[in-house]
Amino acid sequence: MKTQVLIIGGGATGTGLARDLSLRGVRCILVEKQDINAGASGGNHGLLHSGARYVASDPEAAKECREEGELLKRLAPHCIEDTGGLFVAVRGDDENYVTDFPALCAKSGIPAEMLDLNTAREMEPELSPDIIAAFQVADASVDPFMLSLDNMAQARQQGAELLCYHKVISFRIENGRIRKIIVRNTVSGEETEIEADYVVSASGAWAGIIAGLAGIEIPMVYSKGSLLVTQNRITKRVINRLRKASDADILVPGGTVSILGTTSRRTEDPDDCRPTIAEVDDIIEDGARMVPVLENTRYIRAYSGVRPLIGSSAGDDRNVTRGFALIDHAPDGIENFITITGGKLTTFRLMAEKTADLLCRKMGITNPCKTGTEPLPSSASGKWTEPGSAPKMWLTRHESDDMILCECEMVSKGIIDGIMEGIREQGGVPTLKSVGLRSRIGKGPCQGGFCSARIAPYMYDREVLNGDRGLKELRDFLNERWKGKYPMLWDLPLEQAEIQEALHCGLFGLELQ
Amino acid sequence: MKPSKNKCDVLVIGTGMAGMAAALFAAQKGLSTAHAGMTGAINFSSGLLDLLGVYPIGTQAGIWKNPWEGIEALVQDMPQHPFARISKSEIRESIDEFTAFLEKNGLSYTGYPDGNALVITPAGTVKPTFRVPLSMWKGVKAYEEKSPCLIADFRGIKAFSSRQIAETLKHEWPELRNARLSLPNLKADIYPKHLAQTMESPDMLEALIRELKPHIGNVKAVGLPALLGVCKTAQILSRLETELGTDIFEIPTIPPSVAGSRIRAAFEKGLSPLKIQPFYQKQVMGFQRLPDGNFLLDVGHTEKESQIQAKGIILASGRFFGKGLHADRKQIRESIFDLPVSQPQSRSKWHDPDFLAPAGHPVNLAGLETDEYFRPLGKGGKAAYENLFAAGSILAHQDWPRMKCGSGLAIATAYKAVKEMCAYI
Repeated sequence: MKTQVLIIGGGATGTGLARDLSLRGVRCILVEKQDINAGASGGNHGLLHSGARYVASDPEAAKECREEGELLKRLAPHCIEDTGGLFVAVRGDDENYVTDFPALCAKSGIPAEMLDLNTAREMEPELSPDIIAAFQVADASVDPFMLSLDNMAQARQQGAELLCYHKVISFRIENGRIRKIIVRNTVSGEETEIEADYVVSASGAWAGIIAGLAGIEIPMVYSKGSLLVTQNRITKRVINRLRKASDADILVPGGTVSILGTTSRRTEDPDDCRPTIAEVDDIIEDGARMVPVLENTRYIRAYSGVRPLIGSSAGDDRNVTRGFALIDHAPDGIENFITITGGKLTTFRLMAEKTADLLCRKMGITNPCKTGTEPLPSSASGKWTEPGSAPKMWLTRHESDDMILCECEMVSKGIIDGIMEGIREQGGVPTLKSVGLRSRIGKGPCQGGFCSARIAPYMYDREVLNGDRGLKELRDFLNERWKGKYPMLWDLPLEQAEIQEALHCGLFGLELQ
Repeated sequence: MKPSKNKCDVLVIGTGMAGMAAALFAAQKGLSTAHAGMTGAINFSSGLLDLLGVYPIGTQAGIWKNPWEGIEALVQDMPQHPFARISKSEIRESIDEFTAFLEKNGLSYTGYPDGNALVITPAGTVKPTFRVPLSMWKGVKAYEEKSPCLIADFRGIKAFSSRQIAETLKHEWPELRNARLSLPNLKADIYPKHLAQTMESPDMLEALIRELKPHIGNVKAVGLPALLGVCKTAQILSRLETELGTDIFEIPTIPPSVAGSRIRAAFEKGLSPLKIQPFYQKQVMGFQRLPDGNFLLDVGHTEKESQIQAKGIILASGRFFGKGLHADRKQIRESIFDLPVSQPQSRSKWHDPDFLAPAGHPVNLAGLETDEYFRPLGKGGKAAYENLFAAGSILAHQDWPRMKCGSGLAIATAYKAVKEMCAYI
């Protein structure tokens, strides 16, 4: 295979870059070792920052957030729920921080309207009676899966190629250039050589590992953040804690649920990211200070993402810049290799634009960036990620034999067919796990216990599964879902886990396979 | 409305397998019996009656052909397992009485006198179990003999793929085939129990025969999902066998299953003549102990509706799903009497980070500790009440999903608890 630009990593930045380059007429291939947004792009709050969170620590990042947030609300409105947001401080929080906040917002050009406390509580009845200050800001929630899938869909329409489940295993370097990239299909084990004029690593937390393949060292710090998903939506708006960034500061509504987080825990390995019981307990206890019902509400699952932070090896990881790092590796001795990492979901488009600008300069291409002006088209592949969208679709369009296979999230046979088709088109192999990653399957109250026992049979009927492969896929899928369930097994989720074990161990004996 | 007041010798709390068995045994022993609980848990039974399938858990090598030998090995290592407090003859009597009762009420079970049978599951695995619905028995034989066999399913049902079973088992069973049948008017998303009722109609049965015939060939046995009627399964099977000239067997389905609801139907039929005072769809909402030691309990659906005065109680309220136990973020409690629950020190020790960890989850061993008479222990380490007994999955020191001992545990401990209750009264 041959291309102009090879992009490594199918997160928000990589898919955004694929779209940006394609719209400038540059051919590219994106390789992703798992699936779209399998890393931090999928493991975050889904928050489109107003910028107010960074006004004290990083005014430059705050300004970028504001500009990009406004732009995305205009150009990709279907991925965004314009909820608005509040910043609230509770009794005991640093009052100096509260006092300085409006001026700092003004300095970065971020609108923040002070609310009287009764108004704030009328707007959001679940707020604590202990709040001492409240400001209204322009936060919104964004569906990062839809965003990346739609970016990739338009890129592919323009000729870009996507290879999911393809992992870069080595570079062939000659005379200071990467000549060939060797990728391995993680399902079949088959290896492929790709020739590319330029290589961009947009691999997030794995940037250090990819650079290492070219003999380049990037000092990375991995900061794990864990988040909890509630069973019901708690607030209308995004609620931020008005204090110096800390744990459990942000509650983001998304569709029918809310997401509470996050933490910042140093980890050694970007692949080892599981939420822990201690993190979950800390998040709940801290979050409940702002929104007391978080102490007793029902939670569905937890998940984690690993933030790639470049540089510093000491101090609080939250002080490491949340701005992004765009590194041209020419000074390191590799002419055609660039790393883009760090940053935030809110600024992914800007990161892609800056990377594409650098590439185009090096390639002598003068076509301007279009992603800052052209709307992002909605695609078929992005539509199953949003909580609540599958039921809507099913109710309006379902045919008499389009059975619901995931009863928690109302995902039907027809939807699963569409997802499997999408995965195949993108060079992937549909598995229970990959279908789960691209839809709401396994993300409702049963957390995969029952729907897996319906979807595996369906995948056999469609001859997607053969031989005894289903046993392995069931095991993999259940273990994957368990990661998010394991730290939250009390009350209803524990009952669900018990019935899941009765089925998969008691009846199927999967633990013996 | 003033709550009505009722008196009985024993109140059985819980309507799962253990509660049903305890109510049956108590009534059979002539105790005046009241029975309370939210019915429905038994629908989550697969219909198979396990005794002891796997020990040590999590290993193929731990699968026992002879469950009695398995129990010996188990209680040797785990003297706190409830089976260690019941003699083998009592366990056998309990299961024999239980299956005899089901038989009398139209639901036949069979199995090897002292051996486990291997039953095909919808995942294409086989599971060791002790007593098998008669409707599933020929599947046990077909699997043993690996005879030419057809597994069929119906277009429109979910969570059951004949192809999945055939593909998963083909490496050890080359003459296993599969087919999908089209039955008339089968609506998508039909409930399994409703479908099973539909199967009892003559038209449906004729359609099934018509659809199956072209697939028979040299096949000696045909396996179908356990949806062949709710009450008329035996007649349906016999008609199919006559028409097709092959063995016919059912394969268990995922819960809530028709095979489970058949047990429930047999109990509903069989318990009513035994003069049990029913408090179904009701839960125990509070209790007090009278000066004579009797219990006075408030029961109701959402608010107190009745009072029951009982000389003794058998607590068979199940675990978390049954709501006999409840967990918050910090601890596990028993829901009605707040009895001490033996449990790992903190939530971080409840589960293994791997769902399918061979060693299982420590929380599964949590539950009520009892004395040798199956009376739950109070805080002082002695029976909490001399007239309160416990049975079934709420008991500590057992991991029924991995040991495959759920029904046997429920039935045998119910039997023993009733026996001790009789001795007390």
